[in-house]
Amino acid sequence: MTANKYDLCIGVTGLNANDNPGPGVAVIRALKEGLGISVKIIGLSYESLEPGVYMHYLVNKTYQVPYPTAGTESLIERIRHIHKKEGLNMIIPNFDAELFNFIKIAPLLKKMGIKTLLPSIEQLLIRDKVNLAEFGRQNNFDVPADHKLLTEADLKTAAEELNFPLVIKGKFYGATVAYTLNAALNAFHEVGAAWGYPVIAQKYIKGTEINIAGLGNGKGNNISIVPMRKLYITDKGKAWAGVTIEDPALMKLANSFAKATNWNGPYEMEVIKDSEDRLFILEINPRFPAWIYLAAAAGQNQPVSLVKMAMDEEVIPFNEYHAGKLFIRHSWDHVVDISEFQQFSAFGEL
Amino acid sequence: MKLKKNIATSESGFIFNPATGDSFSGNAMASYILLAIKNGEDEASIKQNILQKYEVGPEQLDRDWEDWIVQLKEANLLELGTYDGK
Repeated sequence: MTANKYDLCIGVTGLNANDNPGPGVAVIRALKEGLGISVKIIGLSYESLEPGVYMHYLVNKTYQVPYPTAGTESLIERIRHIHKKEGLNMIIPNFDAELFNFIKIAPLLKKMGIKTLLPSIEQLLIRDKVNLAEFGRQNNFDVPADHKLLTEADLKTAAEELNFPLVIKGKFYGATVAYTLNAALNAFHEVGAAWGYPVIAQKYIKGTEINIAGLGNGKGNNISIVPMRKLYITDKGKAWAGVTIEDPALMKLANSFAKATNWNGPYEMEVIKDSEDRLFILEINPRFPAWIYLAAAAGQNQPVSLVKMAMDEEVIPFNEYHAGKLFIRHSWDHVVDISEFQQFSAFGEL
Repeated sequence: MKLKKNIATSESGFIFNPATGDSFSGNAMASYILLAIKNGEDEASIKQNILQKYEVGPEQLDRDWEDWIVQLKEANLLELGTYDGK
């Protein structure tokens, strides 16, 4: 515990609340709502223009952290500096791309007194986009057929087998529905340049887009499951509005996933329900979704449960939530003085 | 005839299916009929009330009723097997 007015000090990443939002701001909102003023939030930001850096009503202080590509050494060094000044009790990473590093350094963080609650490397890999189809085959989940693409020739083979439209996906982020070979080639190069290779070509499934926010207890069960149907989808495929729904088939799917993987921590399952009510898993993200505040508003505050689990408190699984809770995301011009930007850009702290 | 479990309806005619997230807007008549169905009234009773209250003939009402049932089925709001379409 920190020696000040706060009971808990939690570091949170993913403060990029933009049109392709990270979950950090939503996670913090849920934490603040559930834990009140006793929690101090330390933002961990990669870039100077992540909006959460400037949301002082949610984030007490923000520190810049090195990009995941810099490796674990520089990350731990930076966290050591932040910990010395702030007294972190826990870190909640919210980006797919940073999880590998955080899982690697978790034992060291624990020794420093900083808790995390993360999946294992094996769990992280098993649901990786590159391995998802195989995971589905082995565990009887419906996953659209896919091809891993390293070259243009791979894409042509994939197109012949899977037909158009094709979904071209990056290793970590990004998905484009391509209706022609030219469009698929453009997406392949664009996504590959941004996120590396292989790029994934996935068979397109037409249906209703549903996301499930889950919190696994690491022992084959879920502490919380909240499904959300997307009502308004941006050109990046992100939910800009959505509503909580209740469907036993979705609960069963999430429970089967937790059982198959012993998933530890938060996850988001992206699902398509086709015209025959088959549920296809498109992706499993190893973190909270950006819409996680909706789960809290519907009665299951997953970020707070995560903190309690990490603090070894007993957490009773939720068994109900409010179906029909709607979220509508919005844009807001947050105005700050240039000096704040200057401070963060120059010194990496604000 | 039964609405699916947990279908939410409002007096304004708004219908929400929590299983799918689908929502629909109906008129005052839709609102009245849905409420009657939820209260367990049978088809004959609902129709009788409509005939008494509105200027509509039985044949027209039957035609409109069938259209309405088709819409409810398409919207996936009826329990399967609870309406035989007589």
